Amino acid sequence: MSEPIVEQSVPVLRIEDLTVETSGARPAPILNGISLEIGGGETVCLVGESGSGKSVTSLATMGLLPKSALAVCQGHVLLEGEDLLRASAARLKELRATRMSMIFQEPMTALNPVLTVGYQIEEVLQAHSNLSSLEQRQLVMEMMEHVHLPDVKRIHGSYPHQLSGGQRQRIMIAMALILRPKLLIADEPTTALDVTTQRQILKLIRELQSELGTSVLFITHDMGVVADIADRVCVMHNGRIVEEGSTNAILRTPRQDYTRDLLTAVPALTPREPRNETSREAILEIVDLVKIYSTKSLFKPRRETVAAEKVNLMLRRGRTLGIVGESGSGKSTVARCAMRLIEPTSGSIRVGGQEISNLSRSALHPYRKRIQMIFQDPNRSLNPRLTVGESITEGPVNYGLSKSDAIAKAKELLELVGLPADAIDRHPHQFSGGQRQRIAIARALAMEPDVLVADEAVSALDVSVQAQVLDLLDDLQERFKVAILFITHDLRVAAQICDDVAVMQNGRVIEYGPAERVLQYPQQEYTRELLDAAPGKGWDFPNFRPLPANTPTGSFNQ
Amino acid sequence: MFGYFLRRILAAIPVMAVVALFVFLLLRLTPGDPAAIIAGDMATPEQLERIRVTLGLHQPIHVQFITWVQRLLSGDFGVSLLSNKPVTTLISQRLEPTISLALLTIFLTIIISVPMGVLAAWRHGSWIDNMVMSASVLGFSIPVFVIGYILIQIFALNLGLLPVQGFTSISKGVVPFLERAILPALTLASIYIALIARMTRAAMLDVLGEDYVRTARAKGLDEKIVLFRHALRNAAVPILTVIGTGFALMISGVVVTESVFNIPGLGRLTVDAILARDYPVIQGLILFTSGIYVLINLLIDLSYAFLDPRIRY
Amino acid sequence: MATSVERRVEPVVRRRFLPTIDVQGIGFAATLASICLLIIILMGIFAPLIATHDPILMDPTQRLKPASNAFLLGTDAYGRDLFSRIVYGARISLIVGVGAAIISVAIGLPLGLLAGFFRILDAILMRIMDGLMAIPSILLAIAVVSLAGASLWTVLVAITIPEIPRVVRLVRSVVLSAREEPYVEAAIAVGSSLPKVMWRHLVPNTLAPLIVQGTYICASAILIEAILSFLGAGVGTETPSWGNIMSEGRVYFQLKPSLIFWPGLVLSICILSINLLGDTARDLLDPRLKQRGGEK
Repeated sequence: MSEPIVEQSVPVLRIEDLTVETSGARPAPILNGISLEIGGGETVCLVGESGSGKSVTSLATMGLLPKSALAVCQGHVLLEGEDLLRASAARLKELRATRMSMIFQEPMTALNPVLTVGYQIEEVLQAHSNLSSLEQRQLVMEMMEHVHLPDVKRIHGSYPHQLSGGQRQRIMIAMALILRPKLLIADEPTTALDVTTQRQILKLIRELQSELGTSVLFITHDMGVVADIADRVCVMHNGRIVEEGSTNAILRTPRQDYTRDLLTAVPALTPREPRNETSREAILEIVDLVKIYSTKSLFKPRRETVAAEKVNLMLRRGRTLGIVGESGSGKSTVARCAMRLIEPTSGSIRVGGQEISNLSRSALHPYRKRIQMIFQDPNRSLNPRLTVGESITEGPVNYGLSKSDAIAKAKELLELVGLPADAIDRHPHQFSGGQRQRIAIARALAMEPDVLVADEAVSALDVSVQAQVLDLLDDLQERFKVAILFITHDLRVAAQICDDVAVMQNGRVIEYGPAERVLQYPQQEYTRELLDAAPGKGWDFPNFRPLPANTPTGSFNQ
Repeated sequence: MFGYFLRRILAAIPVMAVVALFVFLLLRLTPGDPAAIIAGDMATPEQLERIRVTLGLHQPIHVQFITWVQRLLSGDFGVSLLSNKPVTTLISQRLEPTISLALLTIFLTIIISVPMGVLAAWRHGSWIDNMVMSASVLGFSIPVFVIGYILIQIFALNLGLLPVQGFTSISKGVVPFLERAILPALTLASIYIALIARMTRAAMLDVLGEDYVRTARAKGLDEKIVLFRHALRNAAVPILTVIGTGFALMISGVVVTESVFNIPGLGRLTVDAILARDYPVIQGLILFTSGIYVLINLLIDLSYAFLDPRIRY
Repeated sequence: MATSVERRVEPVVRRRFLPTIDVQGIGFAATLASICLLIIILMGIFAPLIATHDPILMDPTQRLKPASNAFLLGTDAYGRDLFSRIVYGARISLIVGVGAAIISVAIGLPLGLLAGFFRILDAILMRIMDGLMAIPSILLAIAVVSLAGASLWTVLVAITIPEIPRVVRLVRSVVLSAREEPYVEAAIAVGSSLPKVMWRHLVPNTLAPLIVQGTYICASAILIEAILSFLGAGVGTETPSWGNIMSEGRVYFQLKPSLIFWPGLVLSICILSINLLGDTARDLLDPRLKQRGGEK
């Protein structure tokens, strides 16, 4: 962690008592008078869970709040002493990109799909400078090299969809910094990216910042990212800043309960103790599984994508096997093949010794109930039109349970997952994300499965809710001796819940073994890279201290 | 891109085949003797026989279809029962007024409706938006011929600014042409404007909510550039699609408008054919207009490749 | 900790900030439209009670009379009472509008479901639908009527055929996007059969757009019926329909514009009302707006 260069003159950004409400007949407060300050060359992290108001803060600063939905009621936003809330529209337009810039979470949607990326950077110069088009082009090329884009000539003329996620975010950064603004607002700029890409982008932001002396307001939900990038931290909760301090102080000696809870909920990177082996029964075996997607077309060469290549996995009763990997590694493909939601190209899937990969729809029916799934997004995995009870009882009724027995069972299960039994008559939208995921778990358990497949089951949840759901899964596994196939991109989650871990890359399992060995003494270069890229890996968050420096995986700032 | 073009062009073939098959079956599947249906109740046996021979009704149905398609492909659309002239001749004689009217209509539609839609979306929820939306509901709801008669009543009868009816070829001068064509074109455009203004508004609203529009504003770009370079370009594909499919609506409007304004075009040919139950002409008109429709939509499909790089690659 | 209940309601992150709809404004237009439509419906049902004259009784002595106490809106070229003819005309329009909407949905819904779920069927069905869509609906209707003869039933069939592809496409697109939803996969995973998945998880999704589409079809069918009658290819000339009245009035347009004006006005109000109700239904049923309701 480098020492922040804090200048004592006018702060670059100073927000005073900013209050934002929803517009309309019944205004509801979104921001309740927040104040913060960012000095020259400083990085301040706004950290908080979804709905805490961090993005609204950034949009209000840029003057980009959707006018029909949100309105600033009071406060000041001073950019180098100039009040942005009272500036004219023309003046704001002038300041954007020249004095303050913003980069967003989704670089795919944040770039215009029908214009070349080079042109989109050039537009900034067209709007704010008098350079000739040749000079503009020159400057854009330089900036693109500056953000370490390869083959700048080709990329300059490319469209966003032709670039990778990391490259798109580099384009966004180049666009934001080409006029050397004093302030960069980064709204979850790495959340949509894989960990290895995230690490590179964080490194780039840090590098450019020290070079250009830009101040950064960095918005994130991830304590790991905070630990890696922030000089100072503001913790937000329900539209308020509940705690503020230097990164070290916040991570070591948090004063507020909320901050402590946030930190305690971050899973440690050190693997758990493996569960006792109670049974040697192989409940799910995947042998030489291959899945090839091929697009057939008359006029195009046949294109084949190998999503899974000779995957071999084995899961015992009562154990948890994690499949970790970045996006496109094939981990979800394996899970969905195991569920027979998609058809494997070849290989075999055995549930309790029974081969199911080649069964017809009707022959598969009796085995379906033995393997159940929990999906990533609980908002979408429950039919919004059905009551919770209807969703949970659908499966058991399919397998011959009477309606009334199914309802009784559903009530039991709801209590088991920590929801009141009267939840049964309500609709999904009346519950929070975490509660919905509990309902989805109850639905899966209602089938009394031998195997639960959890596909990124906690990824859409806030970290505190995530911790509760992981505890619940752990509890249920203990009780029902169910085996869990846990798909995740998050090594911390994997470390907390898995007995065994398989690391996937480009459709192959490249490392597979007990979690302890894979996560602490990785054999493969790629696994090491993944571990190394995990944000905040130098910290033991729940215990408010840095990890001893001699961890086998090295340190980020080197 | 070549692959995309080829695929689109080939995809148009089955559509035309379905149209042809449908038109063919329509006559054969209607209960009763096709010859009697066409000739009407007053037909003599000789007339019926003549129709049977012209349509080849003696042969088995698949043979009929094959010979019929072969004739179509060689440009033979049959002969009018009324005037005994080839249908292709009749159509080509009436083509000019309809095409010049249609082009004027499309021109008027686009220059009126697209700005209306963009403005409504930009000022979403304001009085401008409400005006545009109300105008568009009106345009959808008032039948074309009622609009035609209202326009005649106001501009031709009450104000005496324009002639009531008729058509003057553009070859006789632009002003005389416009004098007679402007009212029918406006009439025809009313529903088309309603449709496209609405679609433009909806597409622009979608696009204006996109992240890249926010990015464009965050770059400090001019609102005009944000609207037209960033938003409208992305909204162009759905707008063009509706311009294409809405073309069918315009053809329907042509039939009515031409009879209101007494314009000797394809629409009038249609009405005359209905009254005379001249089925070969109706059939020829359906095939012809459907062909034009498919062609226009094909051109629009191809233009996507220039508008959206994701299709191009 | 596992059994602790999250009582907290998580604020849902809105990706797009939707403007609040002006309920008052919509309410007014929709109320007015409902009242107009109700009047027209009552007019159709109770036509014999409301009409002052026999709508088809010709009286050569009373040709083209102006409006008076005896003839509320005057008479046409055959001496028939215009007001009574317009009252009876509501019957034809309403039957055609409602009939076309119901029949096209009844045929289009199952076809769309099949197309959305079975790829092979989809390819064939959609080609046929594309072909049907390529034929301008008026010309298609004209062809059907000129072949099968003028009658209410023929006109209904002629108007319904071109609407079916639109319903099929709509249902298909809803099914295609809904079947990607994880809750559909979840239903398959708990062993629900295909018909059950369709009926329980897919059909309800099509309901809201179908209601909206149905009202639009109703409006457009009434419009097309009027156009067909106007062109002389509609229900028989002896039947009083709004299109027929205007068709007969064309010749006397310069002499007596009210022969076109009154039926045109009623027709426009009728279609306008239905379209407005359709727009209102769409705004109320819009799933994106609905989500906002679900947040509370």
